[in-house]
Amino acid sequence: MFKYASIIIILSFLISCKPETKKEVIDNLPSKVTVASFKEFEQILNSADDKTYVINFWATWCAPCIKELPYFEEITNKYPTEKVEVILVSLDFPDKLESKLIPFINKKKLVSKVILLDAPNENEWIPKINESWSGAIPATIIFNKNKQSFYEQSFTRDELLKELEKFIKT
Amino acid sequence: MKKLQLILLLFTATLIFAFTTNTIVGEGYKVGDIATDFSLKNIDDSMVSMADFKDAKGFIVIFTCNTCPYSIAYEDRIIALDKKYKNLGYPVIAINPNDPEAQKGDSFDLMKVRAKEKGFTFPYLLDVGQKIYPQYGATKTPHVFILQKESDGLRVKYIGAIDDSSRNADAVKTKYTENAVDALLAGKTINETTTKAIGCSIKVKS
Repeated sequence: MFKYASIIIILSFLISCKPETKKEVIDNLPSKVTVASFKEFEQILNSADDKTYVINFWATWCAPCIKELPYFEEITNKYPTEKVEVILVSLDFPDKLESKLIPFINKKKLVSKVILLDAPNENEWIPKINESWSGAIPATIIFNKNKQSFYEQSFTRDELLKELEKFIKT
Repeated sequence: MKKLQLILLLFTATLIFAFTTNTIVGEGYKVGDIATDFSLKNIDDSMVSMADFKDAKGFIVIFTCNTCPYSIAYEDRIIALDKKYKNLGYPVIAINPNDPEAQKGDSFDLMKVRAKEKGFTFPYLLDVGQKIYPQYGATKTPHVFILQKESDGLRVKYIGAIDDSSRNADAVKTKYTENAVDALLAGKTINETTTKAIGCSIKVKS
């Protein structure tokens, strides 16, 4: 009896972890923006859970950033947050939160988590993201508790998905 | 006990391998390198080279453009730098590294318009063919390279940001570029020779 129960438990666990679990995307409820200091944001970088994090630095005025946003959104839609979490870190000017960032998120109906990073002294925090980052955007970090990669570049859809796979398969 | 040591060793090895980061490192100058001169078209239709500035002790070369909000936020501060340091021997030379075909707002004609609107006091050159910015290793706008004239050429003395508050000129605490030029003028060592700041990637036709 105990044997059967454990099999059922394991099975149900497996089913609930299916990667293609459909996320509920509610059209009229786009992602909310959180405004974070670097200290607050750093806690995400230090996460030691089982997720893979895809953190993209972008801004509403950055054309190549906007071009690649759909690929990040695709990841958010494809994977359950417990497995892969996409965080779009906006480097829009903090005084443009109401006039630019929120309208943009609403218009594009972004589903990924958006953080407006309100961190002045860039020379202090940029190297903490990655020593080699010159500060140009778009830039992306993908990491989990085992490894991390940093990309100061624009992605095509295939390139991004391929990079992400390296993290999910290991 | 032995087993535990082995596990610890394996764990450490995994960590070391795991955190070896993949990065694409750009080519370009490092502080101490000799920088190339150039001959680029200025907004007054003349060709400008650093060799033309016989009396200059060096240059504040700034890769910047019309369209990047960070560049725009710095326009007044770049004009102020030129006004302050031109007469001391370190004029500003601004270079737009973007391909106007990839970024329409950065065309040569619109550079002329912007320079006139803002009253630029310095040359504003277009990197036609995008040959110069990769040699310098500029990755974004704005991106500053301070050069000093030496017997063997133009030596790179500083690479990085203008100051520590791109998004808000009123909150500046450290003026990296001014500090570097002041040190050069005083014959002192530059405190911070490289700094980082957020900027717009340089636009290349895809």
